[in-house]
Amino acid sequence: MRRCLLACAALLAAGAALADVTVEDAWVRATVPGQKTSGAFMKLTASADHTLVGARSPVAGVVEVHEMAMDDQMIMRMRAVQAIALPAGKPVALKPGGYHVMLLDLKDVLQAGQKVRLTLVYKDSKGELDDVDVEAVVKPLTAKLH
Amino acid sequence: MNHNATPTRRTLLLGGLALLAGCDHQPRASFKGVDLTDASYGRDFRLQDREGRERTLADWRGKLVLLHFGFTQCPDACPTVLARAAQTRSLLGKDADKLQVLFVTLDPERDSPEVLSNYTRAFDPGAVALWGDAQATRTVADDFKVFYKKVPTGSSYTLDHSLLTYAFDPKGRLRVALRHAQPAEECAHDLRQLLA
Repeated sequence: MRRCLLACAALLAAGAALADVTVEDAWVRATVPGQKTSGAFMKLTASADHTLVGARSPVAGVVEVHEMAMDDQMIMRMRAVQAIALPAGKPVALKPGGYHVMLLDLKDVLQAGQKVRLTLVYKDSKGELDDVDVEAVVKPLTAKLH
Repeated sequence: MNHNATPTRRTLLLGGLALLAGCDHQPRASFKGVDLTDASYGRDFRLQDREGRERTLADWRGKLVLLHFGFTQCPDACPTVLARAAQTRSLLGKDADKLQVLFVTLDPERDSPEVLSNYTRAFDPGAVALWGDAQATRTVADDFKVFYKKVPTGSSYTLDHSLLTYAFDPKGRLRVALRHAQPAEECAHDLRQLLA
């Protein structure tokens, strides 16, 4: 099992080479009743060159990886991306204004303080798939940028 | 030093602004956002609030108005600008209650007036959410030069849209467009100019 939780950061520090992708500061924006989507944000660091290729969560019917971009006409565009490169040892931020994990078809309202389970799927340099479980904390709608 | 030999773009621009300023006799406010004082668009709107009442800009005469366009399914940009509006209000200090935050949906198909209102008030309890049917939404977007377009994504769709916040002075005149990247401090700065 190469699966790991946030705790694997501690294992890594102890010298165990278990963690292929370490996830830090994972959070999801709260929703209001009737709102069916939200975004998850976090910092990912891979121990070797990997590629993030997808995600899933029990709280959402559909999970996609998106990129938000602003053009010089002040138009915001959001697109699903097939993959995000995770270069070895280099933290990659999924944060407002860039990448996010998009949670669609939410089954319930997400309340601030609640924990949401996410599974991130990544591919190693040999093309083999693996995944990592993350517990993301729900922050208020008004949460500031990180 | 040759940087004074030719006029830089900045001095040309400043010269242009000085010429413009020379055309009227009032000192111009200096904004961090885009000065729209002379814009001929964005005069008014006709939309519905949560209770289905028709609302126009005149309803908030005497207030500073921050007008946003977006949609509640937006995970990133729209929460950021609404959170900024709430932060701007707190920066206004004693003038905080002079601010009215408005949020117009560009996705009336999915944003019911009720969800829209819940969403908007989660950021700012005094904010008002505005809704129109497909035609009314297109009309208000065109009147304010707001671009929006549905883009399919997987099983659903998202919206590409303009991300500007419009600020109106207490007389109900469109004065400034605030860019997405501008922090709350700059928004508060421009709003204070509108109270002066």
